[in-house]
Amino acid sequence: MNVSQQQMSVGCVISQTAHFNLPLTLKSGAQLPAFELSFETYGTLNAAKSNAILVCHALSGHHHVAGYYADQPENIGWWDSIIGPGKPLDTNRFFIVGVNNLGGCHGSTGPVSINPATGKHWGADFPVVTVEDWVATQARLADYLGIDAWAAVVGGSLGGMQALQWTLSFPDRVRHSLVIASAAKLSAENIAFNEIARQAILSDPDFHGGNYYEHNTRPLNGLRLARMLGHITYLSDDQMAEKFGRRQRPGAGSYSFDVEFEIESYLRYQGDKFAGFFDANTYLRMTRALDYFDPALAYEGRLADALAVARASFLVVAFSTDWRFAPFRSREIVHALVHNGQSVAYAESNCAHGHDSFLMEDAHYHAVIASYLQRVVL
Amino acid sequence: MITNTERADFDLIASWVRPNERVLDLGCGDGSLLKRLIAERGAYGYGIEREEAGVQAAIAQGINVIQGDLEQGLSGFDDGTFSHVVLSRTLQTVKHSEHLLTEMLRVGKEAVVSFPNFAYWKNRMAVMQGRMPVSEDLPYEWFDTPNLRFFTILDFESLCSKMELVIRERQVLDEQGNLILEEPNFLGSLAIYRLGR
Repeated sequence: MNVSQQQMSVGCVISQTAHFNLPLTLKSGAQLPAFELSFETYGTLNAAKSNAILVCHALSGHHHVAGYYADQPENIGWWDSIIGPGKPLDTNRFFIVGVNNLGGCHGSTGPVSINPATGKHWGADFPVVTVEDWVATQARLADYLGIDAWAAVVGGSLGGMQALQWTLSFPDRVRHSLVIASAAKLSAENIAFNEIARQAILSDPDFHGGNYYEHNTRPLNGLRLARMLGHITYLSDDQMAEKFGRRQRPGAGSYSFDVEFEIESYLRYQGDKFAGFFDANTYLRMTRALDYFDPALAYEGRLADALAVARASFLVVAFSTDWRFAPFRSREIVHALVHNGQSVAYAESNCAHGHDSFLMEDAHYHAVIASYLQRVVL
Repeated sequence: MITNTERADFDLIASWVRPNERVLDLGCGDGSLLKRLIAERGAYGYGIEREEAGVQAAIAQGINVIQGDLEQGLSGFDDGTFSHVVLSRTLQTVKHSEHLLTEMLRVGKEAVVSFPNFAYWKNRMAVMQGRMPVSEDLPYEWFDTPNLRFFTILDFESLCSKMELVIRERQVLDEQGNLILEEPNFLGSLAIYRLGR
């Protein structure tokens, strides 16, 4: 880490845990008697408690959004590029909250946690959670922190769905919603990719119906395949061509099925890395939450009707190289809001990194976020 | 920098927008016109802008700007969403001129269009002297101009007639922003129209 990065970093952070003892009824009808959420905060909550921004994470994210841990200086938050003093989500001005979603595997209650009723890991018994459920639990975290209304809720991809759902579930508790590289619902193609990822996990012999913890094993191969597939869809064709092309590994040309091309090596590395720390049951639930999200469903597909209840102002951002959540999916949200006469700005960046662009430091993208947040009245 | 005709152009457009109307400004740049319509007329407005710098500036001004390319039309916007759709000094930069005019009157009840008049006498003089015109309303050199279409007041009105667009009002300005009442196609540097169906 060089000096300028240190100056721009929120610095050393600590992970906290909030306990919630009131039972929670999920959208599926399932009930959790109690639950915990892991979270982190950066910056200072002002006296009026009007400067709080919630950052929602995507499929594989968590509450460690920015900064680093004292005992793990190399473990930098997943969105450190955008959060910090002087950065677009400026911690000199805002109080930023990152949370690990219910069902996650980074400290919040999820399939890895112990089910108090059985004394064993929840495993397969952990209910399927939805975007609406996450927003409901995040609202309890807001209560816990004494925050009546978020200055903004921000998220990319699946996180953007939460930022959108916040404006529908709690119209009076969110003043601005920043929906980045997201969509108001998945396409059939999106669901198809998720289904293959799930099948990779479900068909792994080590999955044991989701109760692999009791067998002291994990469906590493399935999770690895799921991540490899997902990773392809997060990148752009051009970027892959540029980064890997058809470059071969040293010693290639063995006419075997070992790693011959750089892209194979990269995917295997990404798959192994991910399978090393992520929980397969969480992966299944995160992808399902993506599939189910469809606020227009209750309005016969009319998105404008579904969004009419929102009182927040919106910033929607998309990336031209993102084919997993293509810009036209973002424009559907924009057009529905314009139809209703609701406040919305929309920007499109040419960042080359496909769906992953939302995690990158693109000048236009970051300038748009920083400019937009200037209009947030504290 | 706001030029004389730009100020006069904005004055006219502002006078045509009634309070609390919903307005769409195409090629809104940094959102200056919309900001004025919101402040002075209580309008509720959105802008469309292609260039990154304009989008960032408009967002910084608190304008509801939507980044997009006018060449792709206004698909996604519902019919009759806006009271006024404004195209200020932008028609000459668009390739699909007819399609855009059609789209404006699909999503809006009235279109407001302003453009530099290529037949303005100073422009004619420049061409007579063998040079492409550079003026208050055509401020670019030929090699750096964003303008693709060069047309006159007569040309535009002939297109309106062909497309069966109704000219509800026309105002013509000289380079100082003064209203021109006679010989508009010769004395006018900028023309501003209210169009309907």
